[in-house]
Amino acid sequence: MAIVDSLTKGLERIPGGNAILTSVDALADWSRGQSLWEMPMGTACCAMELIACSFSKFDFDRLGTFPRPDPRHDDVMVIAGTITKKMQPAIARLYEQMPDPKYVVAMGNCTITGGIFYYDTYSVVRGADEFLPVDIYIAGCPPRPEALQDAVLQLRELIHTRSLAEGRTYERDLTLPGLDSPRAGTTDPCRGHLVRTTSDGGPSENAGTEAPDTSGGTPA
Amino acid sequence: MAIEIESRTSLSDESGRGFDELVVNIGPSHPSTHGVCRVIAHLEGEVVVKAEPVIGYLHRGIEKMCENRTYMQIMPLTDRLDYVGSMYANWAYCRALERLADIEVPERAEYIRVIVCELQRIASHMMGVGASGADTGAATAFIYAFEVRERVIELFEELCGARLTYNYVRPGGVSVDLPEGWIERCRAVVQWAPDRLRELDDLFFGNFIAAGRMKGIGVLSAEDAIAWGASGPVARGSGVSFDLRKDDPYSVYPRLDFDIPVGENGDSFDRSRIRLMESIESCGIIEQALEQIEPGPVKASGIPRLIRPRSGDAYDHIESARGSLGVYLVSDGSPRPYRMKVRSPAFCNLQLLSKLAVGHTVSDLVVVLGSLDPVFGEVDR
Amino acid sequence: MNEYISAVHYADENVSSLEILREKLRAASPGLYPFFSIEFADGVLVVAPSNLHTAAAELKELGFQRFGMVTAVDRGDDFELVYRLQSDRFRVGMFLKTKVPRDEPVIETVTDLWPAADWQEREVYDLMGIEFRGHPDLRRILLPDDWEGHPLRKDYHDDSVIPRPDYI
Repeated sequence: MAIVDSLTKGLERIPGGNAILTSVDALADWSRGQSLWEMPMGTACCAMELIACSFSKFDFDRLGTFPRPDPRHDDVMVIAGTITKKMQPAIARLYEQMPDPKYVVAMGNCTITGGIFYYDTYSVVRGADEFLPVDIYIAGCPPRPEALQDAVLQLRELIHTRSLAEGRTYERDLTLPGLDSPRAGTTDPCRGHLVRTTSDGGPSENAGTEAPDTSGGTPA
Repeated sequence: MAIEIESRTSLSDESGRGFDELVVNIGPSHPSTHGVCRVIAHLEGEVVVKAEPVIGYLHRGIEKMCENRTYMQIMPLTDRLDYVGSMYANWAYCRALERLADIEVPERAEYIRVIVCELQRIASHMMGVGASGADTGAATAFIYAFEVRERVIELFEELCGARLTYNYVRPGGVSVDLPEGWIERCRAVVQWAPDRLRELDDLFFGNFIAAGRMKGIGVLSAEDAIAWGASGPVARGSGVSFDLRKDDPYSVYPRLDFDIPVGENGDSFDRSRIRLMESIESCGIIEQALEQIEPGPVKASGIPRLIRPRSGDAYDHIESARGSLGVYLVSDGSPRPYRMKVRSPAFCNLQLLSKLAVGHTVSDLVVVLGSLDPVFGEVDR
Repeated sequence: MNEYISAVHYADENVSSLEILREKLRAASPGLYPFFSIEFADGVLVVAPSNLHTAAAELKELGFQRFGMVTAVDRGDDFELVYRLQSDRFRVGMFLKTKVPRDEPVIETVTDLWPAADWQEREVYDLMGIEFRGHPDLRRILLPDDWEGHPLRKDYHDDSVIPRPDYI
């Protein structure tokens, strides 16, 4: 990444370099978004919906997303299912093994807040964001496979706001409706799910104003 | 697959040749679809000399949670136990509660429960057979099996709105009656499915590669199956013809006519193939139940919102896709159980891995694990 | 509602009521009878903890060769151990219960009779803290190895547990 950083910083400084950087970014973001290989970190019930999503009826592959169990080949880690205290070090370790840039999709209620296992349990980690930086949350118990596909599409939009240069982001109109968009209450069943980007719905005015934390905020 | 080399020790026999024993850690993030299981395998070359499953990566403390919830609030938790078969997990719990609280279930509800449970058995076995396929490398078999499963799940979605965790079978009956036209659609699926299942049988189990990979692997004898508490297709694959639907009949199963497929050799091939045969039998059971079902109430009347059973305990079990799934409830008269214990068949069957995988290669260990068909929500609770 | 023991046939034996099963047990092991009571109304056999292994061996000889489950219930002063056994021969299931005191929760293992009890006893040890004497490999199974305490006990306290508010 050091070479890329110095190159992009060099490009920013020369006159006309911004145009080159923008087009390089557009190409890089497009190619990354079109081919997001996922790490199916399926622990519990949501894993069944993750599998169903990859198969013929819902077909994840047409979005370019392919379940690849090896973390070194993947861009996205889809955590599907309850995270227990015994499993947490394994997930953290696999996240660290993924190469940059990497994204995390938290699928299902258990990975958002602990879900149905919030109260009275002694061994459940209440949400993946306790130890991982999550990009997309998908609510549902379990969420429909269409919601997972919607999450991949929203993740693509999130990727388009990022740049190869560190600390630089783009403002783009989100084509998918956020929470306070006029199209939010449509009859499309996928939109009924609380699928939102880290920019909290709405246009990306504060989408990644600081550098994306891809070094992983995992505890030791 | 997270394989990690932990230690290397050198042993040698009398002739002075050295053997290397390798300890390989497989999992808990498993590429196969069985869930979070860790197997610590001691290998000599590629042959397993000792395999020890380590579980507990999905231990959510459901039994402790149940002590602070009312009987109806526990219902959604039972869905998440055996999440590939929520209908019968709900049913086992409801039967134990009905035995404890002396609730009688109307006949239409019993028929609906049987229909729904047998459909769930088909869906669960499709996951099991498909996962066997994925373990041996036949990913296409997995996708073919899922076609049948998706048709069944569509029926469930129409019935109760959910695709995976239904919370449909309730104490005293079921939650809602069958929608209009559901019986015809169910009949259509059940008449279409057996041909598809036989085709899958031919394509996958008739394939000489699948047979070569699964025959003779993980042979379990009948005495061991009984001694080690195996139940379900794992026991029936070894020739032990024990099925709670016939040996301890419950609900309306005595009125339905069906066979229990039993294997001969007790290897992984038999165990997986029995699951497919059982699915075909289930189609027959569902057709008969659809003929016999009569209009009527679907829920017992007079069940209070807060169920306060008598003080005491009760145990009841059903034949789930994995074996005999039992629920033991202890009550002290209050609206919350004092203790709830789930006797999960996958937990009892998984002990066999350390016995069955010895002497086979690492790839066969995965096949054996697949043929035991564990679901870790149930194993770890 | 006595569906636990129903009329079955097995070869030349006809077990038609709990009286006959009781007679069989009495005939099989007369010396044990003063030490435990039989309540077959729910198919329960309650024994003293020191007689557990003998009673279990007798039942296995009699035909209860299938091991269902073992679990423990925290009753305050003591732990109640509940075994569930199944007989293919008589087509019945029955409970075998015993109690161990809380300050000394030790009992004999039954893994030598039924290997199926292996993991089940480990789970009872893990979650309840009851030690099984003679178990080949008694260690934690569901919780991490360095976990402290036994969660299913009624007096288990853990700061990370958020209790559910009482809505009813």
